[in-house]
Amino acid sequence: MSDTNLKKTPLNEVHRNSGGKMVDFGGWDMPVQYTAGVIAEHLATREKVGLFDVSHMGEIWVEGADAIAFVNKLTTNDVTKLVDGQAHYSALTNDNGGVVDDLLVYRFDQDKLLLVVNAGTTDKDWDWITSHKADENITLTNASADYCQIAIQGPKALEIAQKFTDINLSEIKYYHFTVGTFNGVDAIISRTGYTGEDGFEIYANKDFAEKLWNDFIEAGAEHGILPCGLAARNTLRLEAAMSLYGHELSDDISPLEAGLGWICKLNKGDFTGREHLAKLKEDGVKRKIVGFEVIDRGIARDEMEVYVGDEKVGVVTSGSPAPFLKKNIGLAFLPTEFAKNGQEIKIDVRGKKLAAVVVPTPFYKRNR
Amino acid sequence: MSNNIPENLRYSKDHEWVLVEGDIATIGITDYAQHSLGDVVYIDMPRVGDSFGAHEAFGSVESVKAVSEVFTPIAGEITEVNEGLNDTPETVNSDPYGGAWFIKVKMENPLEADGLLSSEEYEEYLSNQ
Repeated sequence: MSDTNLKKTPLNEVHRNSGGKMVDFGGWDMPVQYTAGVIAEHLATREKVGLFDVSHMGEIWVEGADAIAFVNKLTTNDVTKLVDGQAHYSALTNDNGGVVDDLLVYRFDQDKLLLVVNAGTTDKDWDWITSHKADENITLTNASADYCQIAIQGPKALEIAQKFTDINLSEIKYYHFTVGTFNGVDAIISRTGYTGEDGFEIYANKDFAEKLWNDFIEAGAEHGILPCGLAARNTLRLEAAMSLYGHELSDDISPLEAGLGWICKLNKGDFTGREHLAKLKEDGVKRKIVGFEVIDRGIARDEMEVYVGDEKVGVVTSGSPAPFLKKNIGLAFLPTEFAKNGQEIKIDVRGKKLAAVVVPTPFYKRNR
Repeated sequence: MSNNIPENLRYSKDHEWVLVEGDIATIGITDYAQHSLGDVVYIDMPRVGDSFGAHEAFGSVESVKAVSEVFTPIAGEITEVNEGLNDTPETVNSDPYGGAWFIKVKMENPLEADGLLSSEEYEEYLSNQ
Protein backbone atom coordinates (compact mmCIF):
# COMPACT_ATOMS: atom_id res chain seq x y z
CA MET A 1 0.00 0.00 0.00
CA SER A 2 1.71 3.11 -1.20
CA ASP A 3 0.21 6.54 -0.63
CA THR A 4 0.91 8.43 -3.83
CA ASN A 5 0.39 11.81 -2.14
CA LEU A 6 3.39 11.35 0.12
CA LYS A 7 6.89 12.39 -0.87
CA LYS A 8 9.46 9.63 -1.08
CA THR A 9 13.20 9.55 -0.58
CA PRO A 10 15.35 7.67 -3.12
CA LEU A 11 15.48 4.83 -0.59
CA ASN A 12 11.72 4.29 -0.29
CA GLU A 13 11.74 0.90 -2.02
CA VAL A 14 14.78 -0.21 -0.03
CA HIS A 15 12.98 0.57 3.23
CA ARG A 16 9.88 -1.33 2.16
CA ASN A 17 11.96 -4.32 1.11
CA SER A 18 13.88 -4.35 4.40
CA GLY A 19 10.80 -4.51 6.61
CA GLY A 20 10.46 -0.78 7.23
CA LYS A 21 7.15 0.12 8.84
CA MET A 22 6.20 3.19 6.82
CA VAL A 23 4.40 6.21 8.24
CA ASP A 24 3.44 9.71 7.11
CA PHE A 25 6.06 12.02 8.61
CA GLY A 26 5.28 15.62 7.72
CA GLY A 27 4.17 14.61 4.24
CA TRP A 28 7.00 12.11 3.73
CA ASP A 29 6.59 8.34 3.50
CA MET A 30 9.28 7.29 5.98
CA PRO A 31 10.22 4.18 8.00
CA VAL A 32 9.35 4.61 11.68
CA GLN A 33 11.19 1.37 12.46
CA TYR A 34 12.45 -1.82 10.81
CA THR A 35 11.99 -5.44 11.85
CA ALA A 36 14.55 -5.27 14.69
CA GLY A 37 12.39 -2.70 16.46
CA VAL A 38 13.07 0.71 17.98
CA ILE A 39 14.86 -0.54 21.11
CA ALA A 40 17.32 -2.71 19.17
CA GLU A 41 17.91 0.11 16.67
CA HIS A 42 18.50 2.64 19.44
CA LEU A 43 20.92 0.35 21.30
CA ALA A 44 22.78 -0.55 18.10
CA THR A 45 23.48 3.15 17.54
CA ARG A 46 24.66 3.70 21.13
CA GLU A 47 26.78 0.55 21.34
CA LYS A 48 27.77 -0.26 17.74
CA VAL A 49 26.41 1.55 14.72
CA GLY A 50 23.11 2.62 13.17
CA LEU A 51 22.21 3.75 9.65
CA PHE A 52 19.62 6.45 8.97
CA ASP A 53 18.01 7.69 5.77
CA VAL A 54 17.70 11.44 6.24
CA SER A 55 17.31 12.26 2.56
CA HIS A 56 14.06 14.06 3.38
CA MET A 57 16.05 16.94 4.89
CA GLY A 58 16.22 20.05 2.70
CA GLU A 59 19.36 21.47 1.08
CA ILE A 60 19.52 25.12 0.05
CA TRP A 61 22.61 26.63 -1.59
CA VAL A 62 23.51 30.27 -1.04
CA GLU A 63 26.20 31.36 -3.50
CA GLY A 64 27.73 34.70 -4.37
CA ALA A 65 29.81 37.52 -2.92
CA ASP A 66 27.18 38.35 -0.27
CA ALA A 67 26.46 34.77 0.82
CA ILE A 68 27.88 35.17 4.33
CA ALA A 69 26.26 38.56 4.91
CA PHE A 70 22.90 37.28 3.68
CA VAL A 71 22.83 34.18 5.88
CA ASN A 72 24.14 36.22 8.81
CA LYS A 73 21.17 38.55 8.36
CA LEU A 74 18.65 35.68 8.61
CA THR A 75 20.18 33.41 11.26
CA THR A 76 21.17 33.71 14.92
CA ASN A 77 24.67 32.22 14.92
CA ASP A 78 27.68 34.17 13.63
CA VAL A 79 28.40 33.00 10.08
CA THR A 80 31.51 35.21 9.87
CA LYS A 81 33.15 32.92 12.45
CA LEU A 82 32.93 29.85 10.20
CA VAL A 83 36.02 28.76 8.30
CA ASP A 84 36.03 26.76 5.07
CA GLY A 85 35.01 23.19 5.83
CA GLN A 86 33.20 24.05 9.03
CA ALA A 87 29.50 23.89 9.90
CA HIS A 88 27.42 25.21 12.73
CA TYR A 89 23.99 24.77 14.25
CA SER A 90 21.79 27.84 13.97
CA ALA A 91 18.23 29.13 13.81
CA LEU A 92 16.30 31.06 11.19
CA THR A 93 14.34 33.58 13.26
CA ASN A 94 11.24 35.61 12.44
CA ASP A 95 10.64 39.28 13.30
CA ASN A 96 9.38 38.31 16.77
CA GLY A 97 12.41 36.21 17.57
CA GLY A 98 10.48 32.96 17.06
CA VAL A 99 12.07 30.14 15.12
CA VAL A 100 11.18 29.62 11.46
CA ASP A 101 13.42 26.54 11.52
CA ASP A 102 16.60 25.22 13.06
CA LEU A 103 19.33 24.32 10.61
CA LEU A 104 22.96 23.57 9.86
CA VAL A 105 25.02 26.16 7.97
CA TYR A 106 28.00 24.72 6.04
CA ARG A 107 30.77 27.01 4.74
CA PHE A 108 32.39 25.69 1.55
CA ASP A 109 34.17 28.96 0.85
CA GLN A 110 33.44 32.64 1.39
CA ASP A 111 31.07 32.68 -1.59
CA LYS A 112 29.34 29.37 -1.00
CA LEU A 113 27.19 28.18 1.89
CA LEU A 114 24.86 25.24 2.25
CA LEU A 115 21.82 25.38 4.52
CA VAL A 116 20.44 22.03 5.66
CA VAL A 117 16.90 22.41 6.96
CA ASN A 118 14.11 20.22 8.29
CA ALA A 119 12.04 18.18 5.85
CA GLY A 120 8.61 19.37 6.92
CA THR A 121 9.67 23.02 6.81
CA THR A 122 11.76 23.05 3.61
CA ASP A 123 9.08 24.78 1.53
CA LYS A 124 8.34 27.28 4.30
CA ASP A 125 12.07 28.00 4.73
CA TRP A 126 12.57 28.39 1.00
CA ASP A 127 9.73 30.94 0.81
CA TRP A 128 11.06 32.74 3.88
CA ILE A 129 14.64 32.89 2.61
CA THR A 130 13.80 33.93 -0.97
CA SER A 131 11.37 36.61 0.24
CA HIS A 132 14.12 38.12 2.41
CA LYS A 133 16.59 38.50 -0.44
CA ALA A 134 17.00 42.22 -1.05
CA ASP A 135 19.77 43.55 -3.30
CA GLU A 136 22.39 41.06 -2.13
CA ASN A 137 24.64 39.56 -4.76
CA ILE A 138 23.62 35.93 -4.25
CA THR A 139 22.00 33.02 -6.02
CA LEU A 140 19.64 30.76 -4.06
CA THR A 141 19.08 27.16 -5.13
CA ASN A 142 16.71 24.68 -3.54
CA ALA A 143 18.59 21.44 -4.24
CA SER A 144 16.58 19.30 -1.82
CA ALA A 145 15.35 16.91 -4.49
CA ASP A 146 18.84 16.32 -5.91
CA TYR A 147 20.47 14.87 -2.81
CA CYS A 148 20.33 11.82 -0.69
CA GLN A 149 21.59 12.12 2.86
CA ILE A 150 22.60 9.04 4.81
CA ALA A 151 23.71 9.23 8.43
CA ILE A 152 25.97 6.58 9.92
CA GLN A 153 26.15 7.00 13.69
CA GLY A 154 27.70 5.22 16.63
CA PRO A 155 31.08 4.09 17.99
CA LYS A 156 31.80 2.01 14.85
CA ALA A 157 30.72 4.69 12.34
CA LEU A 158 34.22 6.01 11.70
CA GLU A 159 35.73 2.57 11.09
CA ILE A 160 32.98 1.58 8.64
CA ALA A 161 32.85 4.92 6.79
CA GLN A 162 36.64 4.85 6.39
CA LYS A 163 36.31 1.76 4.17
CA PHE A 164 34.68 3.90 1.48
CA THR A 165 37.23 6.68 1.06
CA ASP A 166 40.93 7.53 0.91
CA ILE A 167 40.29 10.71 2.88
CA ASN A 168 41.47 10.31 6.47
CA LEU A 169 38.12 10.69 8.19
CA SER A 170 39.59 10.79 11.68
CA GLU A 171 41.09 14.16 10.75
CA ILE A 172 37.66 15.67 10.17
CA LYS A 173 36.72 17.34 13.43
CA TYR A 174 33.24 17.37 14.92
CA TYR A 175 31.05 19.87 13.04
CA HIS A 176 33.50 19.97 10.15
CA PHE A 177 33.17 18.44 6.70
CA THR A 178 35.02 17.78 3.50
CA VAL A 179 34.15 17.26 -0.13
CA GLY A 180 35.59 14.23 -1.87
CA THR A 181 35.16 10.79 -3.34
CA PHE A 182 33.14 8.44 -1.16
CA ASN A 183 32.28 4.97 -2.41
CA GLY A 184 33.38 6.09 -5.87
CA VAL A 185 31.16 9.16 -6.14
CA ASP A 186 31.34 12.86 -5.24
CA ALA A 187 30.05 13.45 -1.74
CA ILE A 188 29.93 15.87 1.15
CA ILE A 189 31.26 14.06 4.21
CA SER A 190 30.13 15.79 7.37
CA ARG A 191 31.03 14.81 10.93
CA THR A 192 27.65 15.68 12.35
CA GLY A 193 24.56 13.90 13.59
CA TYR A 194 21.40 13.92 15.64
CA THR A 195 21.97 10.98 17.95
CA GLY A 196 24.48 12.07 20.59
CA GLU A 197 27.06 9.72 19.03
CA ASP A 198 30.09 10.24 16.84
CA GLY A 199 29.34 9.70 13.18
CA PHE A 200 28.98 11.09 9.71
CA GLU A 201 26.29 12.44 7.47
CA ILE A 202 27.00 11.72 3.80
CA TYR A 203 25.39 13.85 1.09
CA ALA A 204 25.52 12.57 -2.48
CA ASN A 205 23.53 12.62 -5.70
CA LYS A 206 20.25 10.81 -5.09
CA ASP A 207 21.01 8.28 -7.84
CA PHE A 208 23.73 6.79 -5.64
CA ALA A 209 21.54 6.44 -2.56
CA GLU A 210 20.63 2.80 -2.97
CA LYS A 211 24.18 1.59 -3.61
CA LEU A 212 25.56 3.65 -0.74
CA TRP A 213 22.90 2.36 1.64
CA ASN A 214 23.34 -1.27 0.66
CA ASP A 215 27.13 -1.02 0.79
CA PHE A 216 26.95 0.49 4.29
CA ILE A 217 24.68 -2.35 5.44
CA GLU A 218 27.06 -4.93 3.98
CA ALA A 219 30.23 -3.31 5.33
CA GLY A 220 28.64 -2.81 8.75
CA ALA A 221 27.29 -6.33 9.08
CA GLU A 222 30.31 -7.57 11.02
CA HIS A 223 29.82 -4.69 13.47
CA GLY A 224 26.11 -5.32 13.96
CA ILE A 225 24.87 -2.36 11.95
CA LEU A 226 21.10 -1.86 11.95
CA PRO A 227 18.99 0.38 9.74
CA CYS A 228 17.19 2.78 12.09
CA GLY A 229 13.82 4.43 11.64
CA LEU A 230 12.41 7.74 12.79
CA ALA A 231 11.34 6.34 16.17
CA ALA A 232 14.93 5.51 17.14
CA ARG A 233 16.11 8.81 15.67
CA ASN A 234 13.69 10.53 18.04
CA THR A 235 14.61 8.59 21.18
CA LEU A 236 18.33 9.02 20.44
CA ARG A 237 18.04 12.79 20.01
CA LEU A 238 15.84 13.02 23.11
CA GLU A 239 18.42 11.22 25.29
CA ALA A 240 20.95 13.72 23.95
CA ALA A 241 18.41 16.54 24.68
CA MET A 242 18.57 17.91 21.15
CA SER A 243 15.65 20.08 20.06
CA LEU A 244 13.07 18.88 17.55
CA TYR A 245 11.34 21.51 15.46
CA GLY A 246 7.60 21.60 16.18
CA HIS A 247 8.25 20.40 19.73
CA GLU A 248 10.94 22.44 21.53
CA LEU A 249 11.08 25.01 18.72
CA SER A 250 8.39 26.78 16.70
CA ASP A 251 7.42 30.12 15.18
CA ASP A 252 6.20 31.09 18.66
CA ILE A 253 9.17 29.84 20.69
CA SER A 254 12.38 31.81 20.99
CA PRO A 255 15.70 29.99 20.86
CA LEU A 256 16.50 31.58 24.24
CA GLU A 257 13.51 29.82 25.81
CA ALA A 258 14.57 26.56 24.15
CA GLY A 259 17.97 26.69 25.82
CA LEU A 260 19.72 27.68 22.61
CA GLY A 261 21.25 30.93 23.86
CA TRP A 262 24.61 29.53 22.74
CA ILE A 263 23.60 29.89 19.07
CA CYS A 264 22.22 33.43 19.53
CA LYS A 265 25.10 35.83 18.88
CA LEU A 266 23.31 39.04 19.81
CA ASN A 267 26.40 41.21 19.35
CA LYS A 268 27.31 40.06 15.84
CA GLY A 269 25.31 42.83 14.14
CA ASP A 270 21.72 43.04 13.09
CA PHE A 271 19.67 39.99 12.12
CA THR A 272 15.98 39.18 11.88
CA GLY A 273 14.43 39.13 15.35
CA ARG A 274 17.60 40.36 17.06
CA GLU A 275 15.89 43.23 18.89
CA HIS A 276 13.26 40.93 20.37
CA LEU A 277 15.88 38.43 21.44
CA ALA A 278 18.04 41.14 23.01
CA LYS A 279 15.08 42.48 24.96
CA LEU A 280 14.05 38.98 26.02
CA LYS A 281 17.57 38.31 27.23
CA GLU A 282 17.65 41.58 29.15
CA ASP A 283 14.23 41.07 30.74
CA GLY A 284 14.88 37.37 31.34
CA VAL A 285 12.85 34.57 29.73
CA LYS A 286 9.57 33.72 31.44
CA ARG A 287 9.61 30.06 30.44
CA LYS A 288 12.31 27.54 29.67
CA ILE A 289 12.72 24.06 28.28
CA VAL A 290 13.89 21.66 31.00
CA GLY A 291 14.64 17.97 31.14
CA PHE A 292 12.73 15.72 33.53
CA GLU A 293 12.66 12.12 34.69
CA VAL A 294 9.44 10.39 35.64
CA ILE A 295 9.76 8.90 39.12
CA ASP A 296 6.44 7.04 39.35
CA ARG A 297 5.72 4.10 37.07
CA GLY A 298 4.42 5.42 33.76
CA ILE A 299 5.41 7.28 30.64
CA ALA A 300 5.10 10.99 29.90
CA ARG A 301 4.16 11.80 26.31
CA ASP A 302 4.17 14.90 24.12
CA GLU A 303 1.60 17.56 25.08
CA MET A 304 0.78 16.20 28.54
CA GLU A 305 0.24 18.87 31.18
CA VAL A 306 2.78 19.60 33.93
CA TYR A 307 1.76 20.57 37.46
CA VAL A 308 3.50 21.98 40.50
CA GLY A 309 1.21 21.18 43.40
CA ASP A 310 -2.31 21.68 42.07
CA GLU A 311 -1.32 24.39 39.64
CA LYS A 312 -0.94 23.66 35.94
CA VAL A 313 2.34 25.29 35.01
CA GLY A 314 3.56 23.81 31.75
CA VAL A 315 3.49 21.19 29.06
CA VAL A 316 5.62 18.26 27.90
CA THR A 317 7.21 19.05 24.51
CA SER A 318 8.78 15.59 24.03
CA GLY A 319 8.23 12.58 26.28
CA SER A 320 9.27 8.97 25.80
CA PRO A 321 10.87 5.91 27.30
CA ALA A 322 14.66 6.23 26.92
CA PRO A 323 15.85 2.84 25.65
CA PHE A 324 19.53 3.21 26.59
CA LEU A 325 19.03 4.99 29.93
CA LYS A 326 16.07 2.74 30.77
CA LYS A 327 14.15 5.64 32.28
CA ASN A 328 11.09 7.55 31.24
CA ILE A 329 12.28 11.02 30.33
CA GLY A 330 11.14 14.14 28.58
CA LEU A 331 11.54 17.81 27.85
CA ALA A 332 8.95 20.31 29.09
CA PHE A 333 8.20 24.00 29.08
CA LEU A 334 8.13 25.42 32.60
CA PRO A 335 7.92 28.93 34.03
CA THR A 336 11.48 30.07 34.84
CA GLU A 337 10.79 29.97 38.61
CA PHE A 338 10.30 26.18 38.40
CA ALA A 339 13.02 25.53 35.80
CA LYS A 340 15.66 24.37 38.26
CA ASN A 341 17.25 21.01 38.86
CA GLY A 342 15.56 19.04 41.59
CA GLN A 343 12.20 20.81 41.15
CA GLU A 344 9.44 18.30 41.85
CA ILE A 345 6.69 18.30 39.24
CA LYS A 346 3.68 16.15 38.37
CA ILE A 347 2.70 15.04 34.91
CA ASP A 348 -0.92 14.36 34.06
CA VAL A 349 -0.84 10.98 32.35
CA ARG A 350 -4.43 10.31 31.29
CA GLY A 351 -5.82 11.57 34.58
CA LYS A 352 -3.12 10.17 36.87
CA LYS A 353 -0.63 12.70 38.20
CA LEU A 354 2.77 11.02 38.11
CA ALA A 355 5.69 12.35 40.13
CA ALA A 356 8.65 13.60 38.12
CA VAL A 357 11.72 15.72 38.79
CA VAL A 358 13.65 18.31 36.78
CA VAL A 359 17.13 17.01 35.96
CA PRO A 360 20.20 18.38 34.12
CA THR A 361 20.47 17.84 30.36
CA PRO A 362 21.67 16.17 28.26
CA PHE A 363 20.29 12.99 29.80
CA TYR A 364 22.95 11.05 27.88
CA LYS A 365 26.47 12.14 27.02
CA ARG A 366 28.86 9.81 25.26
CA ASN A 367 32.35 9.14 26.60
CA ARG A 368 34.92 10.77 24.38
CA MET B 1 2.64 -10.28 7.04
CA SER B 2 1.47 -13.57 8.45
CA ASN B 3 -0.14 -13.58 11.85
CA ASN B 4 -0.14 -16.25 14.48
CA ILE B 5 -3.82 -16.94 15.33
CA PRO B 6 -4.28 -20.02 17.56
CA GLU B 7 -7.47 -21.98 16.81
CA ASN B 8 -8.44 -22.59 20.43
CA LEU B 9 -8.98 -18.91 21.25
CA ARG B 10 -11.71 -16.35 20.65
CA TYR B 11 -10.95 -12.85 19.36
CA SER B 12 -12.28 -9.30 19.52
CA LYS B 13 -12.14 -6.68 16.80
CA ASP B 14 -9.98 -4.64 19.21
CA HIS B 15 -7.34 -7.39 18.86
CA GLU B 16 -7.70 -9.06 22.24
CA TRP B 17 -7.77 -12.83 22.59
CA VAL B 18 -9.88 -14.78 25.08
CA LEU B 19 -9.34 -18.30 26.42
CA VAL B 20 -12.49 -19.68 28.03
CA GLU B 21 -12.14 -22.33 30.75
CA GLY B 22 -15.38 -22.90 32.70
CA ASP B 23 -16.55 -19.48 33.83
CA ILE B 24 -13.06 -17.97 33.73
CA ALA B 25 -11.84 -16.02 30.72
CA THR B 26 -8.11 -15.35 30.28
CA ILE B 27 -7.48 -12.22 28.20
CA GLY B 28 -4.46 -10.90 26.33
CA ILE B 29 -3.60 -9.07 23.11
CA THR B 30 -3.00 -10.76 19.78
CA ASP B 31 0.16 -11.26 17.77
CA TYR B 32 -1.19 -8.71 15.30
CA ALA B 33 -1.68 -6.18 18.13
CA GLN B 34 1.81 -6.62 19.58
CA HIS B 35 3.26 -6.35 16.11
CA SER B 36 1.40 -3.10 15.45
CA LEU B 37 2.50 -1.64 18.78
CA GLY B 38 6.19 -2.47 18.49
CA ASP B 39 8.46 -2.90 21.52
CA VAL B 40 6.22 -2.97 24.61
CA VAL B 41 7.79 -1.19 27.57
CA TYR B 42 4.97 -0.59 30.03
CA ILE B 43 1.62 -2.04 31.00
CA ASP B 44 -0.96 -0.38 33.22
CA MET B 45 -3.12 -3.07 34.85
CA PRO B 46 -6.32 -3.03 36.91
CA ARG B 47 -6.62 -4.55 40.38
CA VAL B 48 -8.02 -7.93 41.34
CA GLY B 49 -11.66 -7.39 42.32
CA ASP B 50 -12.28 -4.61 39.78
CA SER B 51 -15.28 -5.21 37.54
CA PHE B 52 -15.60 -4.20 33.91
CA GLY B 53 -18.41 -4.22 31.38
CA ALA B 54 -17.92 -5.75 27.95
CA HIS B 55 -15.69 -3.65 25.65
CA GLU B 56 -14.61 -1.43 28.52
CA ALA B 57 -10.97 -0.35 28.75
CA PHE B 58 -9.28 -2.17 31.65
CA GLY B 59 -5.75 -0.90 31.19
CA SER B 60 -3.19 0.30 28.71
CA VAL B 61 -0.14 -1.04 26.98
CA GLU B 62 2.65 1.24 25.86
CA SER B 63 5.40 0.80 23.33
CA VAL B 64 8.32 3.20 22.91
CA LYS B 65 6.29 5.12 20.38
CA ALA B 66 2.66 4.82 21.40
CA VAL B 67 0.06 4.05 24.03
CA SER B 68 -2.93 1.87 23.37
CA GLU B 69 -5.87 1.00 25.60
CA VAL B 70 -6.78 -2.64 26.16
CA PHE B 71 -10.41 -3.66 26.36
CA THR B 72 -12.02 -6.63 27.98
CA PRO B 73 -14.27 -8.27 25.39
CA ILE B 74 -16.20 -9.94 28.23
CA ALA B 75 -17.98 -8.47 31.26
CA GLY B 76 -16.92 -9.71 34.66
CA GLU B 77 -14.80 -9.39 37.77
CA ILE B 78 -11.03 -9.66 37.67
CA THR B 79 -9.76 -12.65 39.62
CA GLU B 80 -6.09 -12.52 38.66
CA VAL B 81 -3.64 -10.05 37.11
CA ASN B 82 -0.37 -11.06 35.45
CA GLU B 83 1.95 -9.06 37.73
CA GLY B 84 5.00 -10.55 36.01
CA LEU B 85 4.39 -8.30 33.02
CA ASN B 86 5.36 -5.27 35.14
CA ASP B 87 8.94 -6.50 35.16
CA THR B 88 9.03 -8.12 31.73
CA PRO B 89 6.64 -6.20 29.48
CA GLU B 90 8.63 -7.42 26.46
CA THR B 91 6.93 -10.81 26.95
CA VAL B 92 3.95 -9.22 25.17
CA ASN B 93 6.11 -9.15 22.02
CA SER B 94 7.78 -12.53 22.44
CA ASP B 95 4.92 -14.66 23.77
CA PRO B 96 1.59 -12.85 23.29
CA TYR B 97 -0.59 -15.96 23.69
CA GLY B 98 1.36 -17.58 26.50
CA GLY B 99 3.41 -15.78 29.14
CA ALA B 100 1.82 -12.45 28.27
CA TRP B 101 -1.78 -13.06 29.34
CA PHE B 102 -3.03 -9.86 30.98
CA ILE B 103 -5.96 -10.74 33.23
CA LYS B 104 -8.34 -13.51 34.25
CA VAL B 105 -12.00 -12.58 34.53
CA LYS B 106 -14.90 -14.40 36.21
CA MET B 107 -17.47 -14.02 33.47
CA GLU B 108 -20.90 -12.59 34.29
CA ASN B 109 -22.30 -14.49 31.33
CA PRO B 110 -20.17 -17.35 29.99
CA LEU B 111 -22.25 -17.38 26.80
CA GLU B 112 -20.90 -13.93 25.95
CA ALA B 113 -17.73 -15.51 24.57
CA ASP B 114 -19.76 -17.20 21.84
CA GLY B 115 -20.36 -13.76 20.34
CA LEU B 116 -16.65 -13.24 19.77
CA LEU B 117 -14.76 -14.05 16.57
CA SER B 118 -13.42 -17.53 15.89
CA SER B 119 -9.81 -17.84 14.67
CA GLU B 120 -11.05 -18.11 11.06
CA GLU B 121 -13.25 -15.05 11.49
CA TYR B 122 -10.44 -13.06 13.07
CA GLU B 123 -8.07 -14.02 10.26
CA GLU B 124 -10.71 -12.89 7.77
CA TYR B 125 -11.16 -9.65 9.74
CA LEU B 126 -7.40 -8.97 9.68
CA SER B 127 -7.17 -9.61 5.96
CA ASN B 128 -9.61 -6.73 5.46
CA GLN B 129 -7.66 -4.33 7.68
